[in-house]
Amino acid sequence: MKKLLILGAGTGGTIMANKMRKILAREEWEITIVDQLKTHYYQPGFLFIPFGMYTHADVVKPKTSFLPLGVNIIFAEIEKINAPENHVILNDGVSLKYDFLIIATGTRTVPEETPGMKGPSWHKNIFDFYTIEGALALANFFKTWQGGELVLNIAEIPIKCPVAPLEFVMFADAFFVERGLRKKVNITYVTPMSGAFTKPRASKMLGNLLEDKNIRIVPDFYLEKVDSERKVIVSYDEREIPYDCLVTVPVHKGDPLIGRSGLGDDMNFAKAHKHTLQSDLFPNIFVIGDAGNFPTSKAGSVVHFQADVLTENLLCAIENRPFTASFDGHANCYIETGFGKGALIDFNYDTEPLPGFFPFPGIGPFGLLKESRTNHYGKLMFRWIYWHILLKGKEMPIDSKMTMAGKKM
Amino acid sequence: MSQKAIAGVTVDVTEEGYLTDPSQWTKEIAVEIAKEEGLELTEQHFAILNYLREKQKKSETLTIRLVGHSGIVDIKGFYGLFPGAPMKKAAKVAGIPKPASCV
Repeated sequence: MKKLLILGAGTGGTIMANKMRKILAREEWEITIVDQLKTHYYQPGFLFIPFGMYTHADVVKPKTSFLPLGVNIIFAEIEKINAPENHVILNDGVSLKYDFLIIATGTRTVPEETPGMKGPSWHKNIFDFYTIEGALALANFFKTWQGGELVLNIAEIPIKCPVAPLEFVMFADAFFVERGLRKKVNITYVTPMSGAFTKPRASKMLGNLLEDKNIRIVPDFYLEKVDSERKVIVSYDEREIPYDCLVTVPVHKGDPLIGRSGLGDDMNFAKAHKHTLQSDLFPNIFVIGDAGNFPTSKAGSVVHFQADVLTENLLCAIENRPFTASFDGHANCYIETGFGKGALIDFNYDTEPLPGFFPFPGIGPFGLLKESRTNHYGKLMFRWIYWHILLKGKEMPIDSKMTMAGKKM
Repeated sequence: MSQKAIAGVTVDVTEEGYLTDPSQWTKEIAVEIAKEEGLELTEQHFAILNYLREKQKKSETLTIRLVGHSGIVDIKGFYGLFPGAPMKKAAKVAGIPKPASCV
């Protein structure tokens, strides 16, 4: 029996287990997937929790519900990938051999990287919303908060879902307007980037939206430390911004396992080719999603598009043929803008988000790079699509390659 | 894209003045661009420029944190050498594309 081993049963690992089990003959290939946690979190839903729109129950399901029959599931921590010898060691000492390995171990937030962040004020008046614990603690805090300086800070790039912090401040605007508290809440968006978003046209559109909503942007702010006693954040060039409630998007890193196994960069993101998705170091290792050092968004849509490419290229590798698929960096993100509206952006490594219609040229129903109600419903619908179609690796009417059809230059 | 004469050589630059072809870069060009940015280059500046050029060649993602781990300077030191927006300034002087720090 040949062995395909998948590390991580999040979005990427789960989709790949489903896709590969359909393709690889059961009498020839054993597929095993390893994860340390039994719960699958719908991470895009975390954003909705602080504002009471989703609860804990809306964003969790057991991982086993999404994995197909004929895939071995092991819940365990992983000690090391011994790539030169083609095996993985679990922390109980068990060794798993593989012919091909898929790394889908994701990324995690590391608030400890910033001095002063994870002190006595953590989850008191300093919150993250990229973890379920942080999102729930913030929901609780917002229930009784009477206003003050609300500061959203991105500590470092890359982060998961680069539009989520923008959505957060726009949701916060709507939330406090609806509660009649907006006059008492100043919202500031503090980013290490030079604007609301880095790609020029989207940055302008989103920057204008924030301005219209009276949300102040502080660009080029590279966080050094949090002074939780004086309630200020401090940048490396010694600028200070005061807060009463700090919502932070902490530094993101890959799994420490990647670093321990010598497969990553200095942030533990696995080094892999941005088009083929093959590891830079070992030809029988492939990387998908947030775990990789790909220069595109760390987002579920990217994972979904990469899965098509990875499926094809993995088969090429198994059958000893040259790669036939190439990932173009395609990302597709709904952006909630508050008050029941949303925007949508579609882009790749080379093409910035442009206005137009999606997915059907001239028809939509979704409008690109503009606000509409339909886009908002698209995002809400997406949770159902995620659980029922996307994770199971079923076909969706969206091509993994970005298309220029329906877009205006 | 346009062309610009820097230190007596014609090079291809973006609208914002970043070289589009890192192989056209020379130390003299670096000195000139640095002057436009109000910087006087030292050995330590050049150590960082070479470090960034090397990382860029390997298609690594260039971040301020990466420079902080370089062993040449810490992050505060990087800000000291290229005040304001160190990554953007350093990339410009190093003749490499503006870091797409993003998405």
